[in-house]
Amino acid sequence: MVQILEFEREIFAVENQIRELVSLSHMYDSVGDITHEIGKLKKKLRRMKLDIFSNLNGWQKTQVARHPERPHTMDYVDGIFTDFCEQHGDRHGGFGPSIVGGIARLAGQTVMVMGHQKGRTTEEKLRRNFGMAQPEDYRKAQRLMNFAEKFRFPIVTLIDTPGAYPGIDAEEKGQSEAIAKNLMVMSQLKVPIIVVVIGEGGSGGALAIGVGDRVMMLEHSVYSVISPEGCASILWAKKDKVVQAADALCLTAKNLKELNVIDQIVHEPLGGAHRNHKRAIILLRKALKGQLNELLTIPVDKLLEQRAEKFRNMGIFGDITQESQV
Amino acid sequence: MSWIDKVKSKASQIISRPEEAWVECKKCKETIYSAELEENFNVCPKCDYHFRLSARARIQSLLEPNSFTEHDQTLVSTDSLKFKDKKRYKDRIRASIKSGFSHDAIITGSGKLGEHDVELCAFEFKFMGGSMGSVVGEKITRAIERAIENKSAVIIVNCSGGARMQEGILSLMQMAKTASALQKLGEHKLPYISILTDPTTGGVSASFAMLGDFILAEPGATIGFAGARVIEQTIKQKLPEGFQTAEFLWDHGLIDSVVHRKELKGKLEQILSLLAGKN
Ligand SMILES: [Zn+2]
Repeated sequence: MVQILEFEREIFAVENQIRELVSLSHMYDSVGDITHEIGKLKKKLRRMKLDIFSNLNGWQKTQVARHPERPHTMDYVDGIFTDFCEQHGDRHGGFGPSIVGGIARLAGQTVMVMGHQKGRTTEEKLRRNFGMAQPEDYRKAQRLMNFAEKFRFPIVTLIDTPGAYPGIDAEEKGQSEAIAKNLMVMSQLKVPIIVVVIGEGGSGGALAIGVGDRVMMLEHSVYSVISPEGCASILWAKKDKVVQAADALCLTAKNLKELNVIDQIVHEPLGGAHRNHKRAIILLRKALKGQLNELLTIPVDKLLEQRAEKFRNMGIFGDITQESQV
Repeated sequence: MSWIDKVKSKASQIISRPEEAWVECKKCKETIYSAELEENFNVCPKCDYHFRLSARARIQSLLEPNSFTEHDQTLVSTDSLKFKDKKRYKDRIRASIKSGFSHDAIITGSGKLGEHDVELCAFEFKFMGGSMGSVVGEKITRAIERAIENKSAVIIVNCSGGARMQEGILSLMQMAKTASALQKLGEHKLPYISILTDPTTGGVSASFAMLGDFILAEPGATIGFAGARVIEQTIKQKLPEGFQTAEFLWDHGLIDSVVHRKELKGKLEQILSLLAGKN
């Protein structure tokens, strides 16, 4: 069953109207009038989608980013790359099903591609732990990154996770260390790294594969230090403050671009990627190719210098001695 | 009536100002004379409970007298997101600064530990739960950069609930920023010792806290990535006794040593001189 978000209802209603008129036009002769009516409705639909989707608030974006029909990592891997050759395990006793990865081709170039996989069917969701990675997932990711460095393959990571898994075994196996180590390794890995937030960028669990030369976000994806629900329950002590929390956290692609945390916003098809996978895949492929071509022209030492500089400059603060001098 | 009981009964009369003379141990509930507590490294003489230390007291406990030079104390949070929950972030910062501990949740500077030059970073938990925002990330990064310039060691004493929500994504990015700086420190073959005190959780634990060449922890400290309540709600199970304590992490091979506070300075000196390759 298709899940319809509250702010999509109007859109679906008009789409139904159009569908009815189209089937009517097949039955009756007065096609001229109906075709005219359909044309009018299609125009209205387009305006409506534009209006609604360019004005989504933080919480609405979060709902789009989490939409069960939204393309997941494997949809992009299958649609954008060829010859995907999956690589398994952290080689230390861990399987790592929440992050998938392997070598593949992007426009002729061999690259390492990896990302959180939430799972589409109930069975897959359980197997993938809903995209909530455990230490072995991060260590597997790190293994694949070192592999890519060894063979000088650029890396593409796709982020889509509610967060790192909060569990007893995850803590026992060193969830913190696994995430921290990835941040350190990625900061100076000697190959180009492109990061794309395709859906939900859930805190440290997202950042653990999110340090790169270029960080992009799909138009309706979100990226945050904490979920709106978590923030609402801690700071407001009320779960129903999610709308306020989502806006306060500034978690949309537009917010992050303004804060200089990301480099590029990748457009989605009108009405969101969940309504048109094919188009979403084409748009992301184009953005990836563009960034990759640019990064491949930069010498490695220069690249590392720029990456270090990029993260060195993250953050906004003041200096009261300077202020008092001004 | 013994002498101590007499003193205690007298003390109950001034219990309205307990922080001045008497303190109750959070663990064994024993009432302790604060001078005695201070003399004992702020560790309960009865049960060894490690009381939380302020950043200043921590620095004093580790460095040689008068050897500490504070840096970057003028850096302050600017509320770039204009964050407001039940209170404005701006007001929270102002109130925390007014309480007089520090200008943000960490104090950093250079000093001597034994004969070793160190860059020491000590979290101040009283400043918004030691949470990490842009200022904390910047101060730690600058401390690491100073260490590279002066060829000295870095010591971070962690005491933090994690990233500061009021700075949104910018606080998350401090994890990457500090980890990247530590990568550089490692390339210069300079040591970094991480000390985990109660609490060390969330984004602080998932970045520099767990990246030490040596990782030491104080007894009983709560250390972990996810909060205990979140884990309980997720797995719908009660957590095992002693879960996410320093001892639990040691049992699972995640830290090098659990060190009693009164032995901490000695242990650090030993490690630093071993790393320097001489005695
Ligand atoms: Zn006690």
